[in-house]
Amino acid sequence: MSAIGTRDRTKEAYQELVRSELPGLYSLARRLVRDGAEDLVQETLLQGYRSFGTLNEGAAGGRWLKTILVNVFRDQLRKRARSVQELAAGDLEDFSLYRTLIDEDPLPYSDSLHTDFLGAFGPEDLHEVLMRLPEIYRAPLVLRYMDGFSTKEIARLLDAPLGTILARLHRGRNLLERTLWAYAEETKLLQIGDDDG
Amino acid sequence: MGETTAAIPCSDAVRQLWDYLDHAIAPEDQEKVEHHLSFCRRCCGELEFAKEIRRFLSSGASEEVPAEVKQRLERFVEEL
Repeated sequence: MSAIGTRDRTKEAYQELVRSELPGLYSLARRLVRDGAEDLVQETLLQGYRSFGTLNEGAAGGRWLKTILVNVFRDQLRKRARSVQELAAGDLEDFSLYRTLIDEDPLPYSDSLHTDFLGAFGPEDLHEVLMRLPEIYRAPLVLRYMDGFSTKEIARLLDAPLGTILARLHRGRNLLERTLWAYAEETKLLQIGDDDG
Repeated sequence: MGETTAAIPCSDAVRQLWDYLDHAIAPEDQEKVEHHLSFCRRCCGELEFAKEIRRFLSSGASEEVPAEVKQRLERFVEEL
């Protein structure tokens, strides 16, 4: 993370900040939107440049840019989806990936079934699983567990009550577990190697 | 382990595990989950797996920017 001093508000300083923070920004954008990650980052960089002078001395520039990115994402999401489709809590309560793995035992020779199950997912598999989650559940999950924002910060960034964010995190986690299992079954992720001998 | 052998049943404990790890539930609920975990092996397994999923998610946090995207975005900033 780059900390910025007040005397370093030149374009060169901004370029340097962008260069060091681009991987984190782009990764976050890719997790938030299926299409248009580059556009999301570009708009973020534009808004960031315009308000670079307001960045507090010593503040973490990367975190600041990510905050701007989430704000841009939130505004885009509002324009795209006029009304938010929440899932009914009762639809999702009865799935446990932990128990499903024990019951189905997809890796009968494994001594560490649950660890090996997760280990079968490569970065692109995880990305695809995340993309299958509705945006309103995916965004809090990504911000909390991949980018380390607190639930209060997420509520503020997404302009939603804390209770709503906690409920979405809960449903998002449940959906994530279901989707990990469904994806592994659908893509035969755990059978790679078995078929080839 | 039985479903209702504690102050809270396994289903309640499991439902609150991630919030328990996040300290996002009331202190009395935190205590109830903790008490349940003190004797329920299955829920301890669920807890360890919840921790693993969290590690799994955080391990995928950063990826490389494709060279052409990096070039376009850096040029965009140069031209601001």
